[in-house]
Amino acid sequence: MIIAEQKALPEIQDMVSSYRKILIVGCGTCMTFCSAGGPEEVNKLANELVAENKDMVIDKTTTPRQCTEKFIDRLKDKVGDYEAILSMACGNGVQAVASRFPDKPVLPALNTQFIGVEKEKGVWTENCLACGDCILWRTGGVCPVTRCAKSLLNGACGGASEGNCEVSKDRPCAWQEIYHALKRLNMLHYLKGKPQVKDWPVHPGRVVREDLREIEATRVD
Amino acid sequence: MSFRQALESGKFLVTAEVGPGKGTEVEHLLKDADIIKDRVDAINVTDLQSSVMRLGSMAVCHMLTDMGIDPVFQVTCRDRNRLALQSDLLSGWALGIRNVLALTGDHPSMGDHPNAKPVFDLDSVTLLEMIGTLNSGKDMSGNELNGTPDFLPGAVVNPGADNEAALDLQIMKMEKKIEAGAKFFQTQGVYDLDAFEKFMKRVEGLNTKVLVGIILLKSVGMARYMNKNVAGVFVPEPLIQELKAAEDKAQASMNMAIRLIKGAKDLCDGVHIMALGWESKIPPIMDEIGL
Ligand code: SF4
Ligand code: SF4
Repeated sequence: MIIAEQKALPEIQDMVSSYRKILIVGCGTCMTFCSAGGPEEVNKLANELVAENKDMVIDKTTTPRQCTEKFIDRLKDKVGDYEAILSMACGNGVQAVASRFPDKPVLPALNTQFIGVEKEKGVWTENCLACGDCILWRTGGVCPVTRCAKSLLNGACGGASEGNCEVSKDRPCAWQEIYHALKRLNMLHYLKGKPQVKDWPVHPGRVVREDLREIEATRVD
Repeated sequence: MSFRQALESGKFLVTAEVGPGKGTEVEHLLKDADIIKDRVDAINVTDLQSSVMRLGSMAVCHMLTDMGIDPVFQVTCRDRNRLALQSDLLSGWALGIRNVLALTGDHPSMGDHPNAKPVFDLDSVTLLEMIGTLNSGKDMSGNELNGTPDFLPGAVVNPGADNEAALDLQIMKMEKKIEAGAKFFQTQGVYDLDAFEKFMKRVEGLNTKVLVGIILLKSVGMARYMNKNVAGVFVPEPLIQELKAAEDKAQASMNMAIRLIKGAKDLCDGVHIMALGWESKIPPIMDEIGL
């Protein structure tokens, strides 16, 4: 899932300071699971903002997902009543809502961090940079593009110490993790493969599925 | 004799290194290089060592060639993508640089601009492959070069990796570097000859030259700092005590280096001395060893 963290309150206050009536919109999927922008966090943020500014009218709602058109559409009868939308979705959700309601300021209440998992209670770690060419089959299910601080593809640098990456003692060296995983799986020979150079994708990304487009074009309603 | 000729001659190789500073002042560094110029086969010039912004390696390498020194151009993958790396290598060749040490480089977060964007478009292995490609008259995209370099590529290895996984990974990478064209290796600083001997046993059959890294120990504080912060460098406690007890620290440090080099001489193909400003100590050390 996507992991995010709420912005510091002063920055959010700054963003909404010129509005008197706003709608806070939570996200029922990733942001609820990472405790950054679900119904609970929407309530808490609304209370904090009102506590600081009694004149502000704040309404709240949470959509099942803010990155999916049919769920965003559920907001269409509401948004007219507000000067701005304060979104508690990831950056993807914020933009999806902004493009659906182009005449409304849509403001981000969160800082989107990464695609990752909850490692232990209250600790999340990054797992995938969405690099466009997945090599996990060769690396024992541990992503060096993401989890090696230098995105090295051809083995470890010399910087690890006591199993941790040179950048920080709280990050395991991804290449040592890959080594252990491949050893467990009897697949260490993958470490000896031909050196790889990554073909970096051009951003913004765009995926086109001709098969689906053709089906859509020939559909008779 | 060029470094390449020295390497091919089979003699015991001696290299040293200088690190450009922050700013345009080069007099000190050139003076240090001048002291050792007739005693070494090549002098490395570091590339923003420890991710600290400094004067560049290429300019200083060029200045060394003007003094009749054969420099080793250290190139890391930290700050340049494949376009800039290839271009800098061609530029270096045009300025008289003939030897390249291919490194991955430290992460920017280790240095004095910790929030700089890390590049690492290539790594040490694919940088070596790329140098081979340039040497063959092409760029990485297969385009023909008009004027072709003929670099001698080298690499580094860390024999002091601190666990089995790390050491296996170091050796696998060393093999990849050799396959990618590395003709010599300079190691991370070695203080423990037994561990170094074990390492050399493991890489025995590999077709390359290994220069043992010797860092002159300047103080007890430096030893403790390296043990804590420099991956793969371990100064054993007896050495630290020896330095602590010595009245003449510089002499004690030189004695240690002499012992280490004498002990390593029959295990490997050369020595890479990192004097960190103590370049004047290198000639007497070499006299003592008879190099
Ligand atoms: S290789 Fe890593 S970054 Fe790329 S898609 Fe797979 S998990 Fe994601
Ligand atoms: S220490 Fe490990 S994870 Fe960190 S940059 Fe080096 S190889 Fe990558």
